[in-house]
Amino acid sequence: MCLGVPGRVVSVDGLEATVDFFGVRRRVRLDVVDQSVEPGDYILNHVGFAIRRIPAEEIGETLALYETLLAHAAQDDLMASDVRGEIAATGRGDEP
Amino acid sequence: MSLAGPASLGKLRFRDPELARGLASALARVTREIGRSPVSVMHVCGSHEQAIAKFGLRASFPKNLNVIMGPGCPVCITDMPEVDEGVVLARQGVVVATYGDMVKVRGTVQSLADAQEEGADVRVVYSAAQAVEIARQTEKPVVFFATGFETTAVATAAVVRGPVPDNFSILSAHKYIPPVMEIVAEMPETRVEGFLAAGHAATITGWGIFEPFVARHGIPVVVAGFEPLDILAGLVGLLELVRDRSPRVVNMFPRCVTREGNRRAQEELWSVFRPVGGRWRGIAHVPNGNLRLRDRWAHLDARRRFPIDLASLWDYGPPSLVASCICGDIMSGVASPSDCTLFGKECVPDNPVGACMVSSEGTCKIWHQYGGHPDLENLA
Repeated sequence: MCLGVPGRVVSVDGLEATVDFFGVRRRVRLDVVDQSVEPGDYILNHVGFAIRRIPAEEIGETLALYETLLAHAAQDDLMASDVRGEIAATGRGDEP
Repeated sequence: MSLAGPASLGKLRFRDPELARGLASALARVTREIGRSPVSVMHVCGSHEQAIAKFGLRASFPKNLNVIMGPGCPVCITDMPEVDEGVVLARQGVVVATYGDMVKVRGTVQSLADAQEEGADVRVVYSAAQAVEIARQTEKPVVFFATGFETTAVATAAVVRGPVPDNFSILSAHKYIPPVMEIVAEMPETRVEGFLAAGHAATITGWGIFEPFVARHGIPVVVAGFEPLDILAGLVGLLELVRDRSPRVVNMFPRCVTREGNRRAQEELWSVFRPVGGRWRGIAHVPNGNLRLRDRWAHLDARRRFPIDLASLWDYGPPSLVASCICGDIMSGVASPSDCTLFGKECVPDNPVGACMVSSEGTCKIWHQYGGHPDLENLA
């Protein structure tokens, strides 16, 4: 559960952002992230909250593990299901 | 702060097999140079153990190097009386919402799943915010049984500070990692010579928080990420510090961790919670290791809003197998899952005896799925 999951910010609406997690759009709260977040930025989400804006030059390295997990891991893989849980912890993408 | 290892580690290419082999041989060389056997280092993160087991990293570790998973599984270290509190509330007619793995963990006598079978209303959520949503949709009291380390406690804190309905409250079993490192460092039977700190908890606290620990105990700390090569590089860096008798903190996860951490998250965390001493299941009493709501938030504190009569559970007999469970020894680093007589037999993920077999971050469940010590010498 401490793995978190990175996603790309699509739009920002006050203390919430719509974030794209590997093709899935969800709402993420911005209450506790300590840097300003704008569309195009990548954030690390943990249980529905952005906890860090990932520096631009480090995005590729950060995404690699997750892409492997989501693309290749078995359905019952523990790491992959923790990552799916992190995405499920966010708000629904179709919420206002 | 510079990297402990070669400068090339700053530009890790994460799936480079040649680099992996190079790191593995560096690990063997540095362990040999330390000249003692065995050398034991500890990580405190379920995700690290998942990556070590999933990618079979132990097969590339030298034989005299022990890489132990310490108390890094939040579900596992939630103490039985804390689970009991949730069970009692659920049996009293309170809607209890919590993270999925917590439902299956037994307290002294029952799990929340047991209470659910007897008619209690227990809901699985992925976040504290979803528990608030449940409260908005019912008249009944809703308690969020809040577990996890500082990374997760920050999210609970944000929810506490936001608008919540009157029927919502928090049963906090949150735990704080830095104090338990002090306890484990002083366990004579564990003899940990270095710690690999979890990257994302340090995202919140910053790596500077480990400096007083290093000064007190003379044990180095390396902050590492979750890629296989992140972990191998972190171990090489950590063992170099052990070899050089150079106890300090080195941050090898700079893409997510800074010295000061996430200040805003720290402010939210400490404005809502205060540290108190308490037991971690199977480990010890940990001074300042538990997070409880501050007086200012008493109106949201389930412990102050509801009578929680733990004695009401005592009509039930405790499950007898629990007595032979060695979860505590495993989390303190003095035993491995394979030392447990129940592991893989009476205790399996579908029917767990101990908490370490319940959670996806528990050592036993991870070893059960991926295998713990792959022995490549036995492969044809």
